[in-house]
Amino acid sequence: MYISKLSLVNFKNIFQVDLELSSRVNCFLGDNGQGKTNLLDAIYHLSYTKSFFNSVDSQNIMFKEAFYVIQASISNFDEEISLYCGLKKGEKKTFKKNKKIYKKLADHIGLFPVVMITPYDINLILDGSESRRRFFDALIAQFDKNYLLSLLQYNKLLKQRNSFLKTKNTSIDLLDVYDEQMVELANSIFKSRENFTKEFVPIFNKYYKDISSNKEKVSLDYFSSLIESSMKDIFINNRNKDQIIGHTSSGVHRDDFLFTINENPLKKFGSQGQQKTFLIALKLAKFEYIKLKKNITPVLLLDDIFDKLDDHRVGYILSLIEKNKLGQTFITDTNKEKIPNILKKLNIPSKLFWIEEGNSFKI
Amino acid sequence: MDFKSKLLNDAVEQMSSLPGIGKRSALRLVLHLLDQSEKEVKDFTKAFENLKEHLNFCEKCFHITEKKLCEICSNPSRSEETICVVQDVRDLLAIESTQQFYGKYHVLGGVISPMEGIGPSDLKVNELKERIIKESTNEIILALPATMEGDTTNFYIYRKLQDIQLNITLISRGIGVGNQLEYIDELTLGKSLLDRSVYKNKI
Repeated sequence: MYISKLSLVNFKNIFQVDLELSSRVNCFLGDNGQGKTNLLDAIYHLSYTKSFFNSVDSQNIMFKEAFYVIQASISNFDEEISLYCGLKKGEKKTFKKNKKIYKKLADHIGLFPVVMITPYDINLILDGSESRRRFFDALIAQFDKNYLLSLLQYNKLLKQRNSFLKTKNTSIDLLDVYDEQMVELANSIFKSRENFTKEFVPIFNKYYKDISSNKEKVSLDYFSSLIESSMKDIFINNRNKDQIIGHTSSGVHRDDFLFTINENPLKKFGSQGQQKTFLIALKLAKFEYIKLKKNITPVLLLDDIFDKLDDHRVGYILSLIEKNKLGQTFITDTNKEKIPNILKKLNIPSKLFWIEEGNSFKI
Repeated sequence: MDFKSKLLNDAVEQMSSLPGIGKRSALRLVLHLLDQSEKEVKDFTKAFENLKEHLNFCEKCFHITEKKLCEICSNPSRSEETICVVQDVRDLLAIESTQQFYGKYHVLGGVISPMEGIGPSDLKVNELKERIIKESTNEIILALPATMEGDTTNFYIYRKLQDIQLNITLISRGIGVGNQLEYIDELTLGKSLLDRSVYKNKI
């Protein structure tokens, strides 16, 4: 699956751009603050129906303008799909596929898969468990509707349970009711996460090993309190504690995915380069996982990733592109020469665009 | 908003205390009343005064009534054996208008939702239990909303009544009469498959 044409009007700092794209590699080159990343964000927007960086749609309209439009033609084998996303200030966003408006934006998610690797991924390592859960939950939910449903119901019940605990009401019969409803949901969430990890981790390990050429040992593990005891027992054992502190202290809502390097937390013991390698392997594994499950090659967006990586690691990623394993790829970089030269040397078909003040010039 | 008159301010203030009425709508309604004749406005306010003064809740089922017992509870031709549990008066009236139910009702006064500050003790669950023990009930029909809060309440009632010899039934969830399958959301359609019933009993 690849984008053949992309046009933007008034999206962030881009006034108007029409691009004819290569099905292999496209480079957006330019100085800082010119709009390279905004072009990637526009592509991301067409996949997830919202911006990667700013979920307030109206703030993505160019300053002093009244609307933005993103349009693209997508080729998937011999099928042509047109996507349109437009927002007028004060109105609802319209999202169209082949000129037909979606009633529910959620119906579009997964149809045009995109994987973005950006410097902001570092938050997955630095932030608390919530951002990691969100990352993996979104990935699992793409292929498992029941998972999403269980998760939504569990969270809703959890909110009610917590509100009830906060009232310091000592009647336990309502707690029993919530517990019994949540146990089954928690079990199914736990099972899904466990099964997902079993499939995902080997893919991740392979990528990390290849990128780092086996220099350090990292691991990605699923951690849940349900590994050691059942949700039912967890609720019973924590009941007094929960009633005193006024919220639910343990359960699948506290699960985490642990990132470690040589058996120590990556957050504290990994170098910047190692952390970055970890994240790239994570995102490439996501790419591979989607490809495997959907039989569609996602579009890959690489935002400024060659910064801080040693030559060997850069070489590996480019060799993946060379072997045509990654499908259509978008790369941004501030150096006008570096990446184009490597691409030329490897004989990879590519198109280069020079981005300046929200305008693009073909090089 | 200041309306330059204390009387007008007070009237608007009162009117906008009603649910769904903002300041602007309140002003429109108040000005409309001001245009009416004195008698019309007196009748209008009297209606509400009477409502509050003479209308109260049935001792048994908590439906609205002007007497001690509501019309349904005091109607001897309605079966004592079945009690339909509903959230509020609106839902009771909805079920009444089906003309498919000949038993009695029990109005809970809401569903359990701690987030909105509604706990089990705010509902008439204990009253329901006492009633079932006292009367010769052999079935209760749970007709609460098909939301998560409704499900929680159903489950809570079920556990409260567990040790009483009694049939507890639930109104069915699924396809609306006259609907095409292709337009039904997956959740409802899935539920209707799980809730399917023996065709022979339907003929």
